[in-house]
Amino acid sequence: MGTLSERILGGTAGEYVDCHVDRAYVHDGTGVLTLEAWKNMGGKGIQDASHLYVLFDHIVPANNSTTAALQHELREFACGSFLQFSDIGGGICHQIMSEGVVLPGEVVVGADSHTCTLGAFGAFATGVGATDMAAIWMTGETWFRVPESIGIHLSGTLSGAAEAKDLALTYVGRLGMDGATYQALEFIGEGAAALPMDDRLTLCNLAVETGAKAGMFYADDITVQYLAAAGHEARQQVPESCRYQQELDFDLTDIVPVIAVPPRVDTIRPVSDLVGLPLDQVFVGTCTNGRYSDLARFARIVKGRKVAVRTIVVPASRAVLEEAIRTGVLADIVEAGCTIGTPGCGPCLGAHMGVIGEGEVCLSTANRNFKNRMGTGGEIYLSSVATAASSALEGEITPPEEVS
Amino acid sequence: MPGKGRAVCVGADIDTDQIIAGRYLRTKDHAVWIEHIFEDLDPSLARRMNGAVIIAGKNFGCGSSREQAAIAIRESGVVAVAAPSFARIFFRNAINVGLPLIECNITCIEGDIVKFDLAEGWVEAQGKKYPVRPLSPRMQEILAAGGLVNYMRAGR
Repeated sequence: MGTLSERILGGTAGEYVDCHVDRAYVHDGTGVLTLEAWKNMGGKGIQDASHLYVLFDHIVPANNSTTAALQHELREFACGSFLQFSDIGGGICHQIMSEGVVLPGEVVVGADSHTCTLGAFGAFATGVGATDMAAIWMTGETWFRVPESIGIHLSGTLSGAAEAKDLALTYVGRLGMDGATYQALEFIGEGAAALPMDDRLTLCNLAVETGAKAGMFYADDITVQYLAAAGHEARQQVPESCRYQQELDFDLTDIVPVIAVPPRVDTIRPVSDLVGLPLDQVFVGTCTNGRYSDLARFARIVKGRKVAVRTIVVPASRAVLEEAIRTGVLADIVEAGCTIGTPGCGPCLGAHMGVIGEGEVCLSTANRNFKNRMGTGGEIYLSSVATAASSALEGEITPPEEVS
Repeated sequence: MPGKGRAVCVGADIDTDQIIAGRYLRTKDHAVWIEHIFEDLDPSLARRMNGAVIIAGKNFGCGSSREQAAIAIRESGVVAVAAPSFARIFFRNAINVGLPLIECNITCIEGDIVKFDLAEGWVEAQGKKYPVRPLSPRMQEILAAGGLVNYMRAGR
């Protein structure tokens, strides 16, 4: 009997365990340091390259020759050592791993804080730094302190224009930026069981914004069906009675569209409080909200109309982009006056492709609004896709339209 | 592991974007990180890092997993960072690059001399000793080796 973390890691909360890592991935940002640390460790031995991934997403395509040279070195290494490699345009590391790669019960480690996204599959997925990752390349193992868990009970269904992102921001606001430090979040209850995979990925994605080590759903029939479409036979995980450090309840029916006000992800206000705030840029995408269902929802609102402010839409992966092309969603978005970026992280971390200037305000569907993150002197407000779409049409923060 | 330094006070929830901004990550040149450390929080901090013990509020190092944050602090000559709690990825990264972390509750007085001994589990400020939450035995070994690279090279 235990929490999902205890069952997967094979220990009780508070215990230190050594774990075999089922899948480990880096991106172009952290991969460079990982390679350096691995060389400094002696540069000999790669444990099971078929489960190691190098996925370029942070600065794609390269923005200058320094970046290009660093990416060149990492690309040559990844291909030469037979690691699984995705070059520029493939998409965001977490998204690629969610497209039929990660399976329930696996231990997944990524050199990026939002690796917790993959807990949506009932995997134990968490972020580490580059040096930890280098040791995993060498040994295929790492250590963990088995986390205590917080049970997040969900009941009811989302209504009106509220979406999973609004629920995610709401729980971050309730827990606070360090409310779950060293702990894992488990999303449980009938409200959780009814959520589609994309919503689960969005909810787990924000877990790290509360300091959590992981955010997790139990694999159920929705998980199994999603993975079956990708050719996997996965098994459901049945919750056992277990001890939670803390339990929170959310009735999804009560969730309203909200916004995280800079510079903190846990400063949450209803959209209605901020109506009319002028915007300089809207950004739709990232590992939080760049999936096909997000682009489709955005397109349903902007279709046949024109955005009133510069709007950047970045599909989370090539697969998302391809589907958006196939279904006409991409045409609707482009015809509404939006700019499309290369699948990847886009301007989220302020390195390129939509950095904002001094005094500018961006409404973003991402997960972080820290001071200066998207550009020095700029401010980031975080919202759902529907709020971003309605606001893009007006050029100011606007309550989201309901879409069917 | 004993040490001492001059207290430099910073607030709570300092994220790794504030420690080293995303715009300075596309390099392996440590000098760039030393020059721009804490730039978006307080540009004057960079000049006060050498020999410092940073005393922060809760949840130091939250946000991005970028290890450059821990490396920048170490390379700037910071002796240790003390805080009531650390974000977990930063916690691992700091120990892995050989930067001592002191998990404790102490009041920060700028410029005060702060002493600590992590093996014995205490930190001393304003003539008063406070207990430190102990590191796991594995983390103590990694820190004693000077970081995870040395630890792995030693064949562990």
